[in-house]
Amino acid sequence: MSEKPLRNASIGVWASMRCLFIRDLKLVLRRRSDTAAALAFFIIVASLFPLGVGPQAALLKQIGPGVLWVAALLAAMLGMARLFADDFADGTLEQLLLSPTPLALLVLAKICAHWLCSGLLLALASPLLALQFGMTNQAALILAASLLIGTPLLSLIGAIGAALTLGVRGQGMLLSLLVLPLLIPVLIFGAGAVDASMAGLGISAHFSVLAALLLLALPTAPLAAAAALRIALE
Amino acid sequence: MINWFKYAAPQRFYPLAGTLVRWCGWLAALLTLVGLAIGLLIAPTDFQQGEAYRIIFIHVPASWMSMVIFVAMAFWSAIGLAFNARLAFMLARALAPTGALMCFLALWTGALWGKPTWGAWWVWDARLTSELILLFLYLGYLSLHAAIDDTRRADRAAGVLALVGVVNVPIIYFSVKWWNTLHQGASVSVGAAPRMASIMLLGMLIMAIAFWLYSIAVTLARVRILIREREAEAAWMEQLKETA
Repeated sequence: MSEKPLRNASIGVWASMRCLFIRDLKLVLRRRSDTAAALAFFIIVASLFPLGVGPQAALLKQIGPGVLWVAALLAAMLGMARLFADDFADGTLEQLLLSPTPLALLVLAKICAHWLCSGLLLALASPLLALQFGMTNQAALILAASLLIGTPLLSLIGAIGAALTLGVRGQGMLLSLLVLPLLIPVLIFGAGAVDASMAGLGISAHFSVLAALLLLALPTAPLAAAAALRIALE
Repeated sequence: MINWFKYAAPQRFYPLAGTLVRWCGWLAALLTLVGLAIGLLIAPTDFQQGEAYRIIFIHVPASWMSMVIFVAMAFWSAIGLAFNARLAFMLARALAPTGALMCFLALWTGALWGKPTWGAWWVWDARLTSELILLFLYLGYLSLHAAIDDTRRADRAAGVLALVGVVNVPIIYFSVKWWNTLHQGASVSVGAAPRMASIMLLGMLIMAIAFWLYSIAVTLARVRILIREREAEAAWMEQLKETA
């Protein structure tokens, strides 16, 4: 009997990325409480500020963009640790490191799935909270747009922190400590865009810089996170 | 021809570091005395700022060192990650506390300078904000290193963090050019003539060299301590303890 050649059993890079992306999405959707908790944290923190500084409408309108951006930052940082934690605990992460697909691309797929279930929801919820702060509809929309570009940046750079602090005790606090300084430029330009629009100035500069930061982070952050993962698991 | 790479071994670097600590330390002390004498006693009163400008002799060298040391940390971390050289990681770890001190000094003396001249202890302009971020990055480096128990993993993870954070240093340096900031622009640059009186410039440059030598001395002293900690079980360490 002639021997049949073995079929090439490997799948392509794109297929493996898509597979990991869909798997992560399914896992998050099966445990929706994590996502809901991050969203609830965002809403609660944003609601604490009017209770703390007083309900004067003018003051709230002025601090609204900054407060909402900071609340989104903190909510994103809270949920960042679980990007790799579950896979690290059950050994899937080691298998991912052994995969022929470049680790940076697999990390990018995980970050995309994570963002869809955290950052995106924060950005979509922000206009409602903006109304709570008495911001105009236009300002609320610009806030949502700035968060739509900013939250992927939060996920990308947060992934580096999550990989660096994998399995370290005190991971939650340490991750925020490491990543928040790196995210300060994002905060400045994101909140600045909304402030500029509320002052009647142009927003194109702020959005250009935000988009530039996102384009810079898209190739480099997964590479740094992959390097950090290899260090964490060697 | 000296084979410099032989100093990549902790055993051979240890005595070299000891010699350098002594030389750089004493030279730094001498130059500090000279620089402060020029700055506090000889240099004239400034036309615009009065006596308050004299803090420049601490503030500018400290700021320069805070940036240079972070770049050096990133450099040695890159060497360590690329060549798996443990002495490179020890150097990076030893540089961090001095760099953090320089950064804090720059911010503190800057505030002391800002109050009489700008009327405010702190403003949120680009240079001050990015220098504050640099301090957070230094503290983050030290925290990450301290949080991981395994030394090798701590070195490498903190090294990656240093490389990610070094992007901030050019931002600090060019912030006065890119943004309309309250902080003054560059008075001293490589290409153009300096825009300050030469006796003040001389004092500032002598203090800068003194800060360099101090940083080198303190860092190498810290490296020697790290070598003693990490290489404690090596045979040459036993001989060292016998002769000490």
